[in-house]
Amino acid sequence: MRYLPLTPDDRARMLGVIGAPDVDALFVDVPAAARGAAFDLPPHAGEMEVERALAALAAKNRAAGAGPFFCGAGAYRHHVPASVDHIIQRSEFLTSYTPYQPEIAQGTLQVLFEFQTQVAALTGLEVANASMYDGSTACAEAVMMAQRVTRREKAILCGGLHPHYAQVTQTIAHAEGMEIVRQPAAIDPGDTVIAAIDDQTACVVVQTPNVFGVVTDVSKIAEAAHAKGALLVVVTTEAVSCGLLKSPGEMGADIAVAEGQSIGNALNFGGPYVGLFAAREKLVRQMPGRLCGETVDAEGRRGYVLTLSTREQHIRREKATSNICTNSGLCALAFSIHLSLLGGAGLRRLALINHSRARELADAVKGAGLEVLTPRFFNEIAVRTPGPAAALVDALLADGIVAGVPFSRLDPAAGLDDVLLLAATETTTSEDIAALAAALARRSGR
Amino acid sequence: MTMNTVGRPTRPDAAAEAAAAPASLTGGRGLLQDEPLIFERGGWGKTGVDLPAPAHDAADLAGFVRDEVALPGLSEPETLRHYVRLSQKNHAIDLALYPLGSCTMKHNPRLNEKAARMAGFADLHPLQPAATVQGALELMDRLAHWLKTLTGMPAVALSPKAGAHGELCGLLCIKAAHEAAGQGQRRTVLVPTSAHGTNPATAAFVGYSVAEIAQTDDGRVDLADLAAKLGPDVAAIMVTNPNTCGLFERDIMEIARLAHEAGAYFYCDGANFNAIVGRVKPGDLGVDAMHINLHKTFSTPHGGGGPGAGPVVLSEALAPFAPAPWVVAGADGFQLAEQPAGEAAQAFGRMCAFHGQMGMFVRAYAYMLSHGADGLRQVAEDAVLNANYIKARLSGALTPAFPDGPCMHEALFDDAWLEGTGVTTLDFAKAMIDEGFHPMTMYFPLVVHGAMLIEPTETESLRELDRFCDALLALAQAAKAGDAERFKAAPVLAPMRRLDETLAARKPKLAWRPEAETG
Repeated sequence: MRYLPLTPDDRARMLGVIGAPDVDALFVDVPAAARGAAFDLPPHAGEMEVERALAALAAKNRAAGAGPFFCGAGAYRHHVPASVDHIIQRSEFLTSYTPYQPEIAQGTLQVLFEFQTQVAALTGLEVANASMYDGSTACAEAVMMAQRVTRREKAILCGGLHPHYAQVTQTIAHAEGMEIVRQPAAIDPGDTVIAAIDDQTACVVVQTPNVFGVVTDVSKIAEAAHAKGALLVVVTTEAVSCGLLKSPGEMGADIAVAEGQSIGNALNFGGPYVGLFAAREKLVRQMPGRLCGETVDAEGRRGYVLTLSTREQHIRREKATSNICTNSGLCALAFSIHLSLLGGAGLRRLALINHSRARELADAVKGAGLEVLTPRFFNEIAVRTPGPAAALVDALLADGIVAGVPFSRLDPAAGLDDVLLLAATETTTSEDIAALAAALARRSGR
Repeated sequence: MTMNTVGRPTRPDAAAEAAAAPASLTGGRGLLQDEPLIFERGGWGKTGVDLPAPAHDAADLAGFVRDEVALPGLSEPETLRHYVRLSQKNHAIDLALYPLGSCTMKHNPRLNEKAARMAGFADLHPLQPAATVQGALELMDRLAHWLKTLTGMPAVALSPKAGAHGELCGLLCIKAAHEAAGQGQRRTVLVPTSAHGTNPATAAFVGYSVAEIAQTDDGRVDLADLAAKLGPDVAAIMVTNPNTCGLFERDIMEIARLAHEAGAYFYCDGANFNAIVGRVKPGDLGVDAMHINLHKTFSTPHGGGGPGAGPVVLSEALAPFAPAPWVVAGADGFQLAEQPAGEAAQAFGRMCAFHGQMGMFVRAYAYMLSHGADGLRQVAEDAVLNANYIKARLSGALTPAFPDGPCMHEALFDDAWLEGTGVTTLDFAKAMIDEGFHPMTMYFPLVVHGAMLIEPTETESLRELDRFCDALLALAQAAKAGDAERFKAAPVLAPMRRLDETLAARKPKLAWRPEAETG
């Protein structure tokens, strides 16, 4: 077996040193009833055979890049520079672990410090952690952090929040005893959430651009929340939008969470992704997850360590701020490399291209006779379809077009079966958009 | 001094003199470059990505637009240099043994990386129509089949994104099952004192209170204490097996029986599954739920701290409460059940957006196919053999915490043997760095004084194991010979000396700021 270095001779020698007659003697503590388990699974296989089997499975899928493609709704297809994937496959990044021994993990630690600085700059907040699993779990953690900060039990989720994020937050924060008030799905809820904020509210969770693509200035919501002693959590599922739109911090957010997949990470059928988590500095001791901080070594040289670990499970156990242990290190590295290449200027231009493509898309969809429901958008729009959006997506698949995400797939109970979510990025071409428009016009009988 | 014709020293003693030379003038250390932060090297307003001019402006977003984000950009060559220089300051499995107990730092096969990057997996959107992702769903279904078969459990929830996330998933299933049975008064989780910190943290995270179970002198769960603490308020026990002392819980079936008799569920922390994979089915032991760290047993890369993946296998009793989504195999192919409804209405909710760590599923499945049933059994046997070999070789010099009987996949030592030397477990660990090894897990489990938990994994050769043991024996001899200075100063050969963690925590500096702002 190519991954196992020991030879039969090695094993015999080692058993001799141990003083055991055979390897079974090392499993003597296993109860007799559980020994001799049989497994109906195939035997080992060579690299070529395994690669062939995996390639056969991959061939049964239609890659997003195989034709016109318009899915967004929390995951976005962007171009990732080749150098990003090269660097993250370096042994020293790929095959290292959490930097428990900082003297021999300065590479990872400096990357995390740079990542935290980049996330703070994107979100317009002072401190960011070393990443969470993804945007949705970061959202749930933000709500629970608001509970710790305010010692209140109620969270209000705005109607534009991605339904998966709302479900994850309901699942996790509710289990811990919080009351989660989820407002009905609404394409442009504006400031309507303000009326629901009371002096029991720990936080309000607002997404911008929201799941329908609507760009919102949440400043008024921030003021209203703060007036009642509540925190504002701002969610972003498309990190590239941070290059163009007012930052959560600028609009008064206390905590900002985002899905970082868009920068540096492939779609990967939903994971692994990377959750971004930032907050006001005064809240740092209630933050979940790992934090990297600057310090000096015994010779006074600058270096980095994991810090404020008295918040964490391995020290605090049941009193920890979260149970999170591993984060999303390699995805955070990919994010950080891509953002280092882009810089603020490149990110701005990338964001403008995304927005420009979406304007082109919106115009084409209108030209095909469909109503665009999103008043102000970044790179994603909601459109009204003549019949159920899911049926339209199925029909357009026959034309070779993956025509976005029916909202009903995310929230079947919302009564928005005729709403289709369409995203465009820098990878979307004018030809893709023209093909979609032509197919839409044909399918809707115009 | 012997010189060759170009004036270079040729003899080791001469080389040693050269090594003692003073530090370089610029802070560089040979191949180890002193690398500033990306924010300290210029590049403001620059970008390393060539992008076309956008066709449209953003006039329609007037009033919603920010100033350009203040971040520097690097060209591709500058980027490569920056990260390659940083990478050289990291230890890695590919460099040497990485014996972090409980972390299972095994070799990461590169075929798995290649497979995960196939466009048919990496370039798939989670919300594409099911008809376009049949291969991906089939892979998830096959992975689930392997996990269920290897554990002897009837169901698995694939979506949890890491071990602790899997624990959360398992406890949420248990909570939902109790509530459905009118047993919502069960609010306590019993956890051994030796447990990972994530166990009590997870229990508290779902609103349970935590009570500790005592440990016997031979490093196992104290059955009498467990029996005394089980009662109508107990929702579950969380027991790691093999446990964090590296020992198989001999009474595991009795533990399960006692828990079930008291109406509690048995959550098994599967962090140490590598010791028994392909040999023992947790389902045969009475487990109700167990997470499997794909980044440990099934070798998906640790990546400097994630991403992991933590699928949870479930018993019949808990399966109906598994979170959405799951894969359904039907006559027309595979579908994803994403919205709990109808028969699936008991699902407790959702763990994350989308379907879990697909990139890790591909890698883990490739690993399983490569090893097969026979290879996985060999994995467990070699992992256990390697740990026992280390235990046997070091036991003369170090003090094993539990000398009697074999260990499983990790060997645990205490610091009794360091008494009187002036050297602590921390000092010893730091001296290992100078010898070229990553230290073992230190001061965990908490039940053993000055614990040193060594997990070699099955992917170490006998030669590397011997090199490791020789190094530790030499260090042990130095410690006992009174060379405490070496240990107190260590590491001296690493990219950094010991770092001031107290300073970092007292005045947290968590992001770079321009000089003017920091004052």
